[in-house]
Amino acid sequence: MRHRQAIAVLALAGLGIALYLWLHKIGVIGDLRCGTGDCEYVQTSPYGALFGVPVAFYGVVGYAAMLAVALAGLQPASLGRRWPTRLLAALAVGGFLFTFYLTYVEVFVLHAICRWCVGSAAVITAITIVAVSAVRREPPP
Amino acid sequence: MKRFYALLGAMAAVAAFLIWKSSRPGAAGALSSASAPPVSFTAADSAFRGYVLGSDSAPVEVVEYADFECPWCGQFGVVQFPEIRQQLIATGRLRWRFRDFPLPGHQWSRLASHAIACANEQGKVWEAIDVVFARSSSWAQQNKNPTGLFRDLMRGIGLDMGRYGDCMDTQRYAGRIELSRLEGLARNVAGTPTFFANGVELDTRRYGNSDAFKALVDSLTEVRR
Repeated sequence: MRHRQAIAVLALAGLGIALYLWLHKIGVIGDLRCGTGDCEYVQTSPYGALFGVPVAFYGVVGYAAMLAVALAGLQPASLGRRWPTRLLAALAVGGFLFTFYLTYVEVFVLHAICRWCVGSAAVITAITIVAVSAVRREPPP
Repeated sequence: MKRFYALLGAMAAVAAFLIWKSSRPGAAGALSSASAPPVSFTAADSAFRGYVLGSDSAPVEVVEYADFECPWCGQFGVVQFPEIRQQLIATGRLRWRFRDFPLPGHQWSRLASHAIACANEQGKVWEAIDVVFARSSSWAQQNKNPTGLFRDLMRGIGLDMGRYGDCMDTQRYAGRIELSRLEGLARNVAGTPTFFANGVELDTRRYGNSDAFKALVDSLTEVRR
């Protein structure tokens, strides 16, 4: 149960970051608060969208899905079930691989770092570690 | 469990408050607003097809949709475009058409586009584009209204400042800028810069430098022979 709670908290944090970046991209929010980072450069680069959809929107969908699965897995009827943990691990690994690609683009193609993207990368890494560890700790059927 | 849901609720409330606070519209005027201003369109606005550089007989035409506050566009304009201009446009091999595409998140893009339109009125559009991109680090993504800086830049390239001031005050090109953006949207432009070569959209990730455009012009010219 603890790991699902931890993932819910982390997914909510990730959802906040992704939502902030996506709302900026579609013009709801003005300038990004990025400190000394290159958020604007990264966001407006040709790598800021995939198949015409802002990359941040994929994050919104992914984190929202993880939050929903974690909360569903905390309901009394699902507490003893394995599927929420396994589904969370699958979503987390997919998100981690996507984030790995985006971080590679930032560092080796754009040579620019977006602090919010780094924050999201840290969140998805933590979710992946928690989710995969939970799957490995599951007792055999 | 109650404490857990209380924690989640508190996190969601804080995030919602911070996003709401960031999204409140400022007191900026129509040209300095990031969102589309309420403008009317004239026949001249509709007939305008962008700023064109190069020979009418050039075999290849590239249309660029750009935003003056976009760092990627600025880098392309300052670093790559001079070489493209010298090696492809000046030699009659390529014609360049520039279209405004102010992005919704950028507070000063429409103001910059309008300053450029006013410079075009006096025949100095490309000089104006060059200086606005070259000085973007002084005004883009900053809270300070760049109206005064744009005046200084336009004075520097030799504009009649009386005519420039009148042009900016009347905002007479706001409709043209919005129509350019709408045209981009109709062509599925999602970000900036977006390029079309002879009507075909290019992958910006591959066309971020002058060498790629040289290869493109070579290949398209070869096809036409």
